[in-house]
Amino acid sequence: MRKQFDKQLENLNAKLVEMSEAVEQAIANTNTALTTRNTELAKEIIACDDDIDAMEKEIESLCLKLIIQQQPVASDLRLVSAVLKILTDVERIGDHASDISEIICMMNGKEYIKKLEDIPQMAEVTQKMVHDSIVAFVSKDIELAKEVIATDDKVDDLFVAVKDELIVLINNNQENGDQAIDLIMIAKYFERIGDHAVNIAEWVIFSLTGFHKDSRVM
Amino acid sequence: MEENIKIEIKDFSFLYHKKQVIHNLNLKIHKNEITSFFGPANGGVTTLLRSLNRLFELNHDTHTKGDILIDGKSIFDPDSSVTELRRKVGMVFEIPAPLPISIFDNVAYGPRLKKKKSKSEINDVVEQALKQAALWDDVKDRLKAPAMSLSGGQQQRLCIARVLALQPEVIMLDRACSGLDPISTAKIEESLFQLKEEFTIVIAPHNVQQAIRISDRAAFMLMGHLIEAGTSDEVFGSPKDQRTNDYITGRFG
Repeated sequence: MRKQFDKQLENLNAKLVEMSEAVEQAIANTNTALTTRNTELAKEIIACDDDIDAMEKEIESLCLKLIIQQQPVASDLRLVSAVLKILTDVERIGDHASDISEIICMMNGKEYIKKLEDIPQMAEVTQKMVHDSIVAFVSKDIELAKEVIATDDKVDDLFVAVKDELIVLINNNQENGDQAIDLIMIAKYFERIGDHAVNIAEWVIFSLTGFHKDSRVM
Repeated sequence: MEENIKIEIKDFSFLYHKKQVIHNLNLKIHKNEITSFFGPANGGVTTLLRSLNRLFELNHDTHTKGDILIDGKSIFDPDSSVTELRRKVGMVFEIPAPLPISIFDNVAYGPRLKKKKSKSEINDVVEQALKQAALWDDVKDRLKAPAMSLSGGQQQRLCIARVLALQPEVIMLDRACSGLDPISTAKIEESLFQLKEEFTIVIAPHNVQQAIRISDRAAFMLMGHLIEAGTSDEVFGSPKDQRTNDYITGRFG
Protein backbone atom coordinates (compact mmCIF):
# COMPACT_ATOMS: atom_id res chain seq x y z
CA MET A 1 0.00 0.00 0.00
CA ARG A 2 2.63 2.45 1.13
CA LYS A 3 4.76 1.77 -1.98
CA GLN A 4 1.90 2.75 -4.25
CA PHE A 5 1.26 5.87 -2.15
CA ASP A 6 4.93 6.89 -2.28
CA LYS A 7 4.86 6.48 -6.06
CA GLN A 8 1.79 8.71 -6.25
CA LEU A 9 3.49 11.36 -4.11
CA GLU A 10 6.59 11.25 -6.31
CA ASN A 11 4.39 11.68 -9.34
CA LEU A 12 2.70 14.65 -7.67
CA ASN A 13 6.09 16.27 -7.03
CA ALA A 14 7.15 15.64 -10.63
CA LYS A 15 3.98 17.27 -11.98
CA LEU A 16 4.46 20.29 -9.73
CA VAL A 17 8.06 20.66 -10.89
CA GLU A 18 6.91 20.43 -14.49
CA MET A 19 4.34 23.15 -13.96
CA SER A 20 6.75 25.44 -12.15
CA GLU A 21 9.31 24.98 -14.94
CA ALA A 22 6.69 26.17 -17.41
CA VAL A 23 6.01 29.20 -15.22
CA GLU A 24 9.73 29.97 -14.80
CA GLN A 25 10.07 29.80 -18.57
CA ALA A 26 7.15 32.21 -18.89
CA ILE A 27 8.90 34.70 -16.60
CA ALA A 28 12.15 34.37 -18.57
CA ASN A 29 10.32 34.80 -21.88
CA THR A 30 8.47 37.82 -20.53
CA ASN A 31 11.80 39.37 -19.63
CA THR A 32 13.12 38.73 -23.15
CA ALA A 33 9.93 40.04 -24.79
CA LEU A 34 10.16 43.15 -22.63
CA THR A 35 13.82 43.96 -23.25
CA THR A 36 13.67 43.18 -26.98
CA ARG A 37 10.19 44.75 -27.44
CA ASN A 38 9.06 41.50 -29.05
CA THR A 39 5.27 41.45 -29.30
CA GLU A 40 5.21 38.10 -31.09
CA LEU A 41 6.92 36.42 -28.13
CA ALA A 42 4.53 38.22 -25.76
CA LYS A 43 1.58 36.75 -27.67
CA GLU A 44 3.12 33.30 -27.36
CA ILE A 45 3.43 33.71 -23.60
CA ILE A 46 -0.25 34.63 -23.36
CA ALA A 47 -1.18 31.53 -25.38
CA CYS A 48 0.97 29.31 -23.14
CA ASP A 49 -1.01 30.36 -20.08
CA ASP A 50 -3.77 27.93 -21.05
CA ASP A 51 -1.29 25.05 -20.76
CA ILE A 52 -0.33 26.23 -17.29
CA ASP A 53 -3.98 26.41 -16.27
CA ALA A 54 -4.51 22.87 -17.57
CA MET A 55 -1.56 21.65 -15.48
CA GLU A 56 -3.11 23.28 -12.43
CA LYS A 57 -6.36 21.39 -12.98
CA GLU A 58 -4.52 18.12 -13.43
CA ILE A 59 -2.48 18.49 -10.23
CA GLU A 60 -5.55 19.61 -8.32
CA SER A 61 -7.36 16.43 -9.39
CA LEU A 62 -4.35 14.35 -8.40
CA CYS A 63 -4.39 15.88 -4.92
CA LEU A 64 -8.09 15.25 -4.44
CA LYS A 65 -7.69 11.68 -5.67
CA LEU A 66 -4.88 11.13 -3.17
CA ILE A 67 -6.98 12.53 -0.34
CA ILE A 68 -9.89 10.22 -1.07
CA GLN A 69 -7.78 7.14 -1.85
CA GLN A 70 -5.10 7.36 0.79
CA GLN A 71 -6.73 9.54 3.45
CA PRO A 72 -3.34 11.07 4.21
CA VAL A 73 -2.41 12.07 7.75
CA ALA A 74 0.49 13.84 9.45
CA SER A 75 3.42 14.57 7.10
CA ASP A 76 1.49 13.13 4.14
CA LEU A 77 -1.51 15.37 4.79
CA ARG A 78 0.72 18.42 5.14
CA LEU A 79 2.44 17.57 1.87
CA VAL A 80 -0.74 17.11 -0.14
CA SER A 81 -2.42 20.19 1.31
CA ALA A 82 0.75 22.24 0.75
CA VAL A 83 0.71 21.23 -2.93
CA LEU A 84 -2.90 22.40 -3.18
CA LYS A 85 -1.96 25.80 -1.73
CA ILE A 86 1.30 26.13 -3.70
CA LEU A 87 -0.56 25.31 -6.87
CA THR A 88 -2.69 28.44 -6.62
CA ASP A 89 0.38 30.64 -6.27
CA VAL A 90 2.21 28.99 -9.16
CA GLU A 91 -0.84 29.43 -11.38
CA ARG A 92 -1.15 33.08 -10.35
CA ILE A 93 2.50 33.70 -11.26
CA GLY A 94 1.68 32.35 -14.71
CA ASP A 95 -1.22 34.84 -14.89
CA HIS A 96 1.12 37.72 -14.03
CA ALA A 97 3.57 36.74 -16.78
CA SER A 98 0.59 36.82 -19.09
CA ASP A 99 -0.58 40.20 -17.70
CA ILE A 100 2.88 41.69 -18.34
CA SER A 101 2.86 40.26 -21.85
CA GLU A 102 -0.45 41.99 -22.56
CA ILE A 103 1.09 45.32 -21.61
CA ILE A 104 4.08 44.56 -23.85
CA CYS A 105 1.63 43.97 -26.71
CA MET A 106 -0.11 47.28 -26.00
CA MET A 107 3.20 49.15 -26.00
CA ASN A 108 3.57 47.75 -29.50
CA GLY A 109 7.35 47.91 -29.89
CA LYS A 110 7.68 51.60 -29.08
CA GLU A 111 11.07 52.98 -27.97
CA TYR A 112 11.38 53.09 -24.18
CA ILE A 113 11.62 56.37 -22.32
CA LYS A 114 14.55 54.96 -20.38
CA LYS A 115 17.04 52.16 -20.51
CA LEU A 116 15.48 49.19 -18.68
CA GLU A 117 17.76 47.99 -15.90
CA ASP A 118 15.90 47.42 -12.65
CA ILE A 119 12.82 45.75 -14.18
CA PRO A 120 14.83 43.01 -15.98
CA GLN A 121 16.67 42.49 -12.73
CA MET A 122 13.33 42.06 -10.94
CA ALA A 123 12.45 39.42 -13.52
CA GLU A 124 15.70 37.55 -12.91
CA VAL A 125 15.43 37.68 -9.14
CA THR A 126 11.78 36.60 -9.04
CA GLN A 127 12.38 33.79 -11.52
CA LYS A 128 15.08 32.45 -9.22
CA MET A 129 12.79 32.82 -6.22
CA VAL A 130 10.11 30.73 -7.91
CA HIS A 131 12.68 28.14 -8.91
CA ASP A 132 14.21 27.95 -5.44
CA SER A 133 10.86 27.75 -3.66
CA ILE A 134 9.90 24.67 -5.66
CA VAL A 135 13.36 23.12 -5.22
CA ALA A 136 12.97 23.75 -1.48
CA PHE A 137 9.64 21.90 -1.56
CA VAL A 138 10.84 18.90 -3.49
CA SER A 139 14.12 18.55 -1.59
CA LYS A 140 12.52 19.42 1.78
CA ASP A 141 15.04 22.22 2.27
CA ILE A 142 13.78 24.59 4.95
CA GLU A 143 16.87 26.84 4.76
CA LEU A 144 16.36 27.42 1.06
CA ALA A 145 12.71 28.29 1.71
CA LYS A 146 13.80 30.89 4.28
CA GLU A 147 16.29 32.30 1.77
CA VAL A 148 13.48 32.81 -0.74
CA ILE A 149 11.47 34.71 1.85
CA ALA A 150 14.47 36.93 2.67
CA THR A 151 15.16 37.64 -1.00
CA ASP A 152 11.80 39.38 -1.35
CA ASP A 153 13.23 42.54 0.25
CA LYS A 154 15.51 42.89 -2.73
CA VAL A 155 12.53 42.77 -5.09
CA ASP A 156 10.68 45.37 -3.03
CA ASP A 157 13.74 47.67 -3.10
CA LEU A 158 13.98 47.32 -6.87
CA PHE A 159 10.31 48.24 -7.20
CA VAL A 160 10.80 51.39 -5.15
CA ALA A 161 13.83 52.29 -7.27
CA VAL A 162 11.79 51.87 -10.49
CA LYS A 163 8.96 53.95 -9.07
CA ASP A 164 11.26 56.81 -7.99
CA GLU A 165 12.97 56.89 -11.36
CA LEU A 166 9.65 56.98 -13.22
CA ILE A 167 8.38 59.86 -11.07
CA VAL A 168 11.44 61.89 -12.09
CA LEU A 169 10.82 61.04 -15.76
CA ILE A 170 7.18 62.15 -15.55
CA ASN A 171 8.19 65.38 -13.82
CA ASN A 172 10.73 66.07 -16.54
CA ASN A 173 8.36 65.51 -19.42
CA GLN A 174 4.63 64.87 -19.19
CA GLU A 175 4.71 62.93 -22.43
CA ASN A 176 6.55 60.17 -20.60
CA GLY A 177 3.39 59.60 -18.53
CA ASP A 178 1.72 56.98 -20.72
CA GLN A 179 4.68 54.67 -20.84
CA ALA A 180 5.67 55.34 -17.25
CA ILE A 181 2.29 53.96 -16.16
CA ASP A 182 2.79 50.84 -18.29
CA LEU A 183 6.25 50.30 -16.84
CA ILE A 184 5.14 50.78 -13.24
CA MET A 185 2.42 48.18 -13.81
CA ILE A 186 4.96 45.76 -15.22
CA ALA A 187 7.21 46.34 -12.22
CA LYS A 188 4.25 45.83 -9.89
CA TYR A 189 3.44 42.49 -11.52
CA PHE A 190 7.03 41.33 -11.02
CA GLU A 191 6.83 42.50 -7.43
CA ARG A 192 3.67 40.39 -6.99
CA ILE A 193 5.44 37.38 -8.51
CA GLY A 194 8.00 37.75 -5.72
CA ASP A 195 5.18 37.77 -3.15
CA HIS A 196 3.73 34.56 -4.59
CA ALA A 197 7.15 32.91 -4.40
CA VAL A 198 7.23 33.90 -0.72
CA ASN A 199 3.81 32.28 -0.26
CA ILE A 200 5.13 29.08 -1.80
CA ALA A 201 8.15 29.13 0.51
CA GLU A 202 5.85 29.61 3.51
CA TRP A 203 3.84 26.53 2.51
CA VAL A 204 7.09 24.60 2.13
CA ILE A 205 7.87 25.43 5.75
CA PHE A 206 4.34 24.39 6.76
CA SER A 207 4.71 21.10 4.96
CA LEU A 208 7.92 20.39 6.88
CA THR A 209 6.97 21.72 10.31
CA GLY A 210 3.20 22.16 10.66
CA PHE A 211 3.79 25.88 11.24
CA HIS A 212 2.60 28.50 8.77
CA LYS A 213 3.99 32.01 9.27
CA ASP A 214 5.02 31.00 12.80
CA SER A 215 1.56 29.92 13.88
CA ARG A 216 0.59 26.32 14.28
CA VAL A 217 -1.85 25.13 11.63
CA MET A 218 -1.85 21.47 12.62
CA MET B 1 -5.23 18.32 40.47
CA GLU B 2 -6.62 20.14 37.44
CA GLU B 3 -10.39 20.42 37.29
CA ASN B 4 -10.99 18.49 34.07
CA ILE B 5 -8.74 15.51 34.72
CA LYS B 6 -10.61 12.26 35.34
CA ILE B 7 -7.81 9.74 35.33
CA GLU B 8 -4.17 10.27 36.12
CA ILE B 9 -1.69 7.53 35.26
CA LYS B 10 1.50 8.01 37.24
CA ASP B 11 4.73 6.27 36.41
CA PHE B 12 2.76 3.11 35.73
CA SER B 13 4.49 -0.15 34.81
CA PHE B 14 2.94 -3.54 34.18
CA LEU B 15 4.51 -6.99 34.17
CA TYR B 16 3.17 -10.35 33.03
CA HIS B 17 5.35 -12.89 34.81
CA LYS B 18 8.72 -11.23 34.39
CA LYS B 19 7.94 -9.62 31.09
CA GLN B 20 7.38 -5.89 31.31
CA VAL B 21 4.62 -4.82 28.92
CA ILE B 22 4.08 -1.21 30.07
CA HIS B 23 7.03 1.01 30.94
CA ASN B 24 6.71 3.96 33.34
CA LEU B 25 3.70 5.49 31.68
CA ASN B 26 2.54 8.99 32.67
CA LEU B 27 -0.64 10.47 31.26
CA LYS B 28 -3.72 12.45 32.24
CA ILE B 29 -7.08 11.54 30.76
CA HIS B 30 -9.59 14.38 30.51
CA LYS B 31 -13.25 14.37 31.48
CA ASN B 32 -15.89 14.64 28.74
CA GLU B 33 -13.43 13.74 26.05
CA ILE B 34 -12.63 10.75 23.90
CA THR B 35 -9.05 9.64 24.40
CA SER B 36 -7.61 7.06 22.01
CA PHE B 37 -4.71 4.75 22.75
CA PHE B 38 -3.34 3.33 19.55
CA GLY B 39 -0.32 1.56 18.17
CA PRO B 40 0.83 -1.71 16.64
CA ALA B 41 0.04 -5.06 18.24
CA ASN B 42 1.79 -5.85 21.52
CA GLY B 43 2.13 -2.15 22.24
CA GLY B 44 0.44 -2.43 25.62
CA VAL B 45 -2.84 -0.73 24.73
CA THR B 46 -5.17 -3.54 25.82
CA THR B 47 -3.16 -4.13 28.97
CA LEU B 48 -3.40 -0.45 29.83
CA LEU B 49 -7.18 -0.45 29.36
CA ARG B 50 -7.45 -3.59 31.47
CA SER B 51 -5.43 -1.83 34.15
CA LEU B 52 -7.78 1.12 34.44
CA ASN B 53 -10.44 -1.06 36.09
CA ARG B 54 -8.06 -3.72 37.44
CA LEU B 55 -9.45 -6.32 35.05
CA PHE B 56 -5.90 -7.70 34.71
CA GLU B 57 -6.23 -9.16 38.20
CA LEU B 58 -8.20 -11.98 36.60
CA ASN B 59 -4.86 -13.15 35.17
CA HIS B 60 -2.30 -14.79 37.42
CA ASP B 61 1.19 -13.56 38.04
CA THR B 62 0.73 -9.93 37.09
CA HIS B 63 2.49 -7.05 38.80
CA THR B 64 2.13 -3.33 38.64
CA LYS B 65 4.26 -0.41 39.71
CA GLY B 66 3.29 3.21 39.93
CA ASP B 67 -0.27 4.38 40.37
CA ILE B 68 -3.54 5.16 38.64
CA LEU B 69 -5.78 7.83 40.16
CA ILE B 70 -9.44 8.34 39.36
CA ASP B 71 -10.76 11.67 40.64
CA GLY B 72 -7.52 11.92 42.58
CA LYS B 73 -7.97 8.63 44.40
CA SER B 74 -5.77 5.56 43.82
CA ILE B 75 -7.59 2.59 42.29
CA PHE B 76 -5.16 0.36 44.17
CA ASP B 77 -6.15 1.80 47.53
CA PRO B 78 -6.68 -1.21 49.85
CA ASP B 79 -10.00 0.10 51.11
CA SER B 80 -11.45 0.76 47.66
CA SER B 81 -13.81 -1.86 46.22
CA VAL B 82 -12.80 -3.47 42.93
CA THR B 83 -16.46 -4.20 42.14
CA GLU B 84 -17.30 -0.55 42.57
CA LEU B 85 -14.29 0.37 40.40
CA ARG B 86 -15.49 -1.87 37.58
CA ARG B 87 -18.97 -0.38 37.78
CA LYS B 88 -17.47 3.09 37.59
CA VAL B 89 -15.11 2.14 34.76
CA GLY B 90 -17.03 0.01 32.28
CA MET B 91 -15.54 -1.90 29.39
CA VAL B 92 -16.86 -2.89 25.97
CA PHE B 93 -14.86 -5.64 24.27
CA GLU B 94 -13.94 -6.42 20.69
CA ILE B 95 -16.41 -9.27 20.32
CA PRO B 96 -19.87 -8.49 21.63
CA ALA B 97 -20.88 -11.08 24.19
CA PRO B 98 -24.56 -10.76 25.01
CA LEU B 99 -25.88 -13.22 27.56
CA PRO B 100 -28.20 -15.86 26.05
CA ILE B 101 -31.24 -14.17 27.55
CA SER B 102 -33.61 -11.46 26.34
CA ILE B 103 -32.54 -7.99 25.21
CA PHE B 104 -34.20 -6.45 28.26
CA ASP B 105 -32.65 -8.88 30.73
CA ASN B 106 -29.17 -8.30 29.32
CA VAL B 107 -29.39 -4.62 30.21
CA ALA B 108 -31.26 -5.22 33.47
CA TYR B 109 -28.75 -7.86 34.63
CA GLY B 110 -26.30 -5.46 36.25
CA PRO B 111 -28.75 -3.10 37.94
CA ARG B 112 -30.64 -6.10 39.38
CA LEU B 113 -27.41 -7.47 40.89
CA LYS B 114 -26.40 -4.16 42.32
CA LYS B 115 -29.19 -3.49 44.75
CA LYS B 116 -32.89 -3.88 45.24
CA LYS B 117 -34.73 -1.80 42.71
CA SER B 118 -38.40 -1.63 41.87
CA LYS B 119 -39.64 -2.95 38.55
CA SER B 120 -40.41 0.50 37.28
CA GLU B 121 -36.96 1.74 38.32
CA ILE B 122 -35.37 -1.11 36.38
CA ASN B 123 -37.58 -0.33 33.38
CA ASP B 124 -36.44 3.27 33.44
CA VAL B 125 -32.76 2.35 33.71
CA VAL B 126 -33.01 -0.11 30.81
CA GLU B 127 -34.87 2.33 28.61
CA GLN B 128 -32.43 5.13 29.30
CA ALA B 129 -29.38 2.92 28.71
CA LEU B 130 -30.80 1.62 25.42
CA LYS B 131 -31.54 5.18 24.32
CA GLN B 132 -28.06 6.38 25.21
CA ALA B 133 -26.57 3.50 23.24
CA ALA B 134 -28.78 4.45 20.25
CA LEU B 135 -30.43 1.03 20.27
CA TRP B 136 -33.85 1.90 21.72
CA ASP B 137 -35.58 2.62 18.41
CA ASP B 138 -34.34 -0.69 16.98
CA VAL B 139 -35.55 -2.86 19.86
CA LYS B 140 -38.32 -1.06 21.77
CA ASP B 141 -40.99 -3.35 20.26
CA ARG B 142 -39.14 -6.59 20.95
CA LEU B 143 -37.45 -6.22 24.31
CA LYS B 144 -38.30 -9.82 25.17
CA ALA B 145 -36.62 -11.20 22.05
CA PRO B 146 -33.36 -13.12 22.56
CA ALA B 147 -30.30 -10.84 22.48
CA MET B 148 -28.66 -13.33 20.15
CA SER B 149 -31.22 -12.45 17.45
CA LEU B 150 -29.68 -8.98 17.10
CA SER B 151 -27.20 -8.10 14.36
CA GLY B 152 -23.50 -7.73 15.23
CA GLY B 153 -23.73 -3.95 15.39
CA GLN B 154 -26.86 -4.10 17.53
CA GLN B 155 -25.23 -6.65 19.85
CA GLN B 156 -22.31 -4.29 20.33
CA ARG B 157 -24.65 -1.40 21.13
CA LEU B 158 -26.43 -3.72 23.55
CA CYS B 159 -23.10 -4.29 25.30
CA ILE B 160 -22.63 -0.52 25.51
CA ALA B 161 -26.14 -0.23 26.98
CA ARG B 162 -25.27 -2.92 29.50
CA VAL B 163 -22.30 -0.86 30.67
CA LEU B 164 -24.40 2.32 30.74
CA ALA B 165 -27.11 0.68 32.85
CA LEU B 166 -24.57 0.54 35.68
CA GLN B 167 -24.28 4.32 35.55
CA PRO B 168 -20.53 4.38 35.01
CA GLU B 169 -18.26 7.41 34.87
CA VAL B 170 -15.69 6.09 32.44
CA ILE B 171 -16.44 3.93 29.40
CA MET B 172 -13.67 1.99 27.71
CA LEU B 173 -14.00 0.41 24.30
CA ASP B 174 -11.37 -2.05 23.19
CA ARG B 175 -11.53 -2.27 19.38
CA ALA B 176 -15.28 -2.36 19.79
CA CYS B 177 -16.00 -1.70 16.11
CA SER B 178 -13.55 -4.12 14.46
CA GLY B 179 -16.17 -6.54 13.25
CA LEU B 180 -18.78 -3.99 12.27
CA ASP B 181 -19.88 -2.56 8.93
CA PRO B 182 -19.48 1.20 8.32
CA ILE B 183 -23.12 1.99 9.20
CA SER B 184 -22.98 0.22 12.56
CA THR B 185 -19.59 1.78 13.24
CA ALA B 186 -20.98 5.21 12.43
CA LYS B 187 -23.91 4.64 14.81
CA ILE B 188 -21.58 3.69 17.65
CA GLU B 189 -19.26 6.61 16.94
CA GLU B 190 -22.29 8.92 16.85
CA SER B 191 -23.45 7.67 20.23
CA LEU B 192 -19.92 8.14 21.64
CA PHE B 193 -20.11 11.82 20.70
CA GLN B 194 -23.32 12.05 22.73
CA LEU B 195 -21.95 10.01 25.61
CA LYS B 196 -18.82 12.08 26.07
CA GLU B 197 -21.01 14.98 27.18
CA GLU B 198 -21.63 12.96 30.30
CA PHE B 199 -18.79 10.46 30.58
CA THR B 200 -15.08 10.07 30.08
CA ILE B 201 -14.39 7.79 27.13
CA VAL B 202 -11.24 5.80 26.52
CA ILE B 203 -10.91 3.78 23.36
CA ALA B 204 -8.50 1.47 21.65
CA PRO B 205 -9.64 2.16 18.08
CA HIS B 206 -9.47 -0.68 15.57
CA ASN B 207 -7.63 1.51 13.10
CA VAL B 208 -5.95 4.90 12.83
CA GLN B 209 -8.80 6.33 10.76
CA GLN B 210 -11.27 5.71 13.57
CA ALA B 211 -8.92 7.34 16.05
CA ILE B 212 -8.71 10.40 13.79
CA ARG B 213 -12.48 10.56 13.36
CA ILE B 214 -13.49 10.46 16.96
CA SER B 215 -10.68 11.32 19.38
CA ASP B 216 -10.19 14.59 21.15
CA ARG B 217 -6.83 13.36 22.38
CA ALA B 218 -4.63 10.52 21.26
CA ALA B 219 -1.74 8.59 22.72
CA PHE B 220 0.61 6.49 20.61
CA MET B 221 2.06 3.40 22.27
CA LEU B 222 4.88 1.27 20.98
CA MET B 223 6.33 -1.80 22.73
CA GLY B 224 4.87 -0.72 26.05
CA HIS B 225 6.18 2.83 25.86
CA LEU B 226 4.07 5.93 25.50
CA ILE B 227 5.73 7.59 22.52
CA GLU B 228 3.63 10.72 22.46
CA ALA B 229 0.28 12.06 23.50
CA GLY B 230 -1.59 15.22 22.68
CA THR B 231 -4.66 16.63 21.05
CA SER B 232 -5.87 14.82 17.97
CA ASP B 233 -4.81 17.75 15.77
CA GLU B 234 -1.29 17.56 17.13
CA VAL B 235 -0.84 13.81 17.00
CA PHE B 236 -2.47 13.24 13.60
CA GLY B 237 -1.56 16.59 12.04
CA SER B 238 2.01 17.17 13.11
CA PRO B 239 3.24 14.40 15.36
CA LYS B 240 6.40 15.32 17.23
CA ASP B 241 7.95 11.88 17.11
CA GLN B 242 9.09 10.38 13.82
CA ARG B 243 7.86 6.93 14.93
CA THR B 244 4.31 8.26 15.37
CA ASN B 245 4.47 9.84 11.94
CA ASP B 246 5.76 6.62 10.39
CA TYR B 247 3.09 4.51 12.04
CA ILE B 248 0.07 6.63 11.18
CA THR B 249 1.23 7.18 7.61
CA GLY B 250 1.51 3.42 7.20
CA ARG B 251 5.28 3.14 7.03
CA PHE B 252 5.41 0.36 9.60
CA GLY B 253 3.14 -1.66 11.86
